[in-house]
Amino acid sequence: MKVYENTGNKDTRSGFGVGLAELGMSNPNVVALCADLTGSLKMDEFKANHPERFFQIGIAEANMIGIAAGMTIGGKIPFTGTFANFSTGRVYDQIRQSVAYSGKNVKICASHAGITLGEDGATHQILEDIGLMKMLPGMTVINTCDFNQTKAATLAIAEHNGPVYLRFGRPKVANFTPENQTFEIGKAIHLQDGTDVSIIATGHLVWEALEAAKTLNEAGISAEVINIHTIKPLDEEAIIASAKKTGAVVTAEEHNFLGGLGESVARTLAMHHPTPQEFVATQDTFGESGTPAQLMEKYGLSAASIVEKAKKVVKRKA
Amino acid sequence: MSTTQQLEDFVSQVRRDILRQVHQVNSGHPGGSLGCAEFFSVLYKEVLQTKKDFHMDGKDEDLFFLSNGHISPVFYSVLARTGYFPVEELNTFRKINSRLQGHPTTHEGLPGIRIASGSLGQGLSVAIGAASTKKLNKDTHLVYTLHGDGELQEGQNWEAIMYAGAKGVDNLIATVDYNKKQIDGSTEDVLPLGNLKAKFEAFGWDVLEVEQGNDVEAILQGLAEAKSRSGKQKPVVILLHTVMGNGVDFMMHTHAWHGKAPNDEQLVTGLSQNPETLGDY
Repeated sequence: MKVYENTGNKDTRSGFGVGLAELGMSNPNVVALCADLTGSLKMDEFKANHPERFFQIGIAEANMIGIAAGMTIGGKIPFTGTFANFSTGRVYDQIRQSVAYSGKNVKICASHAGITLGEDGATHQILEDIGLMKMLPGMTVINTCDFNQTKAATLAIAEHNGPVYLRFGRPKVANFTPENQTFEIGKAIHLQDGTDVSIIATGHLVWEALEAAKTLNEAGISAEVINIHTIKPLDEEAIIASAKKTGAVVTAEEHNFLGGLGESVARTLAMHHPTPQEFVATQDTFGESGTPAQLMEKYGLSAASIVEKAKKVVKRKA
Repeated sequence: MSTTQQLEDFVSQVRRDILRQVHQVNSGHPGGSLGCAEFFSVLYKEVLQTKKDFHMDGKDEDLFFLSNGHISPVFYSVLARTGYFPVEELNTFRKINSRLQGHPTTHEGLPGIRIASGSLGQGLSVAIGAASTKKLNKDTHLVYTLHGDGELQEGQNWEAIMYAGAKGVDNLIATVDYNKKQIDGSTEDVLPLGNLKAKFEAFGWDVLEVEQGNDVEAILQGLAEAKSRSGKQKPVVILLHTVMGNGVDFMMHTHAWHGKAPNDEQLVTGLSQNPETLGDY
């Protein structure tokens, strides 16, 4: 098995902040908009370096999305920043009409996604945002797994012409992907080779999937691990190839099992290579207050849950 | 510079286009379209400084955003008759495979449209964004908008109004189609707007009232005055007092024709009140 080293826990939102600051220096067309969460989104450095290109909108997310859409007219590349809940559900119609349907080059950057937002509780923990965003025609949906990958994705989406939803989180998590990696939108990353089961994970669950693969290996189950950082467009080829090889799939995400990565994978497999699949995801429920670690355990989003589902799906193989 | 007669002739043709578009597909919104026929005609023929060919990025030219997208018939007529696309294309309004969707959109690539509108309350935010980009680009051209008065019931407008006032977005001239009507009845009955002038002023806007919002001369003067007030740290809004359904007697002063097409007989009557001046499509 390949060995992945955690070079030190870091938050993915800081990867976004560092990436945005770098873009500020390299791309004069990049502008940043924030709805009163500059510190939480780690946009301070961009703001300090480029005050003329930083737009404090106030607590008015609908207006922020509309302004971002308008700023593209004349060549700017707007990056909006607020929590995932306020980046999606709160402003769905603004994104739908002014950004997606209008084909505007807006980058919707969303922190504090999922249950690991923690103590603030369910009002702030959106577990439906991937579903909301992937349903919009033309929207690219990215959910990065660690600091380095989030930074790389931030740089990459500035080069992509079209609306993007970039989802990342609040807690400090393992940082294990290469520093200064090239981020390829829509390209799955093969992390472990295996023959018995494919673990297809996104976001914070990718590291958990690697941990699970080690445990499974000790139990004599060879697990393949694939990092799907781009949920749309989905790397269907990589998923189908892996399912053909292993004949069993576990998907893992910090999101409702309705509408998330798991459903996108299930649709792909149903069409091209029907395969038994288990879902590590929240089970159509809201979250609650607690520490990120407590919540991940309680809602079945841990390495242990992946191991359990992997064993289950292996038994389901014909 | 057109003469008043030339502008009025243009408006007459625009009214015919509006009636014929909605009649042909038995759907669309003639009332608000007719009420704004003079505004669109003056804006596009006399005020907007635009490039000959349409460019989505709108650099170094004035921009216009229609926020109340349901009055697409007047927008399409004026765009076609000022050269954005062939006048014959008005025949495709609301039909399958058309660029002239029920509500304006960029999606089908219709020249002249820079944002989709229809779901109300979003246009002012978009215009603020475009105006902000103009400032970053050192582009001194202006951004114009039109909003329904009932549309101001949408909360996003007030986020945008607060922002534009607070941040001094002074290259923006918004216009409110102040006809005091909406689908369910008068704004007074549905949800009173209160003192709009005082509200905009409280949010830091420079407010201009045009009492004769269906008079081409008054509109021309109002837009010129608004332009002269731009660049002074405040966004400018024109409260344009219009009559819904203007120019077709049985459609005037009522909300009944907000979203209803005339039948064959009503079309004949409406057309008889508005002579063909530039040639029907």
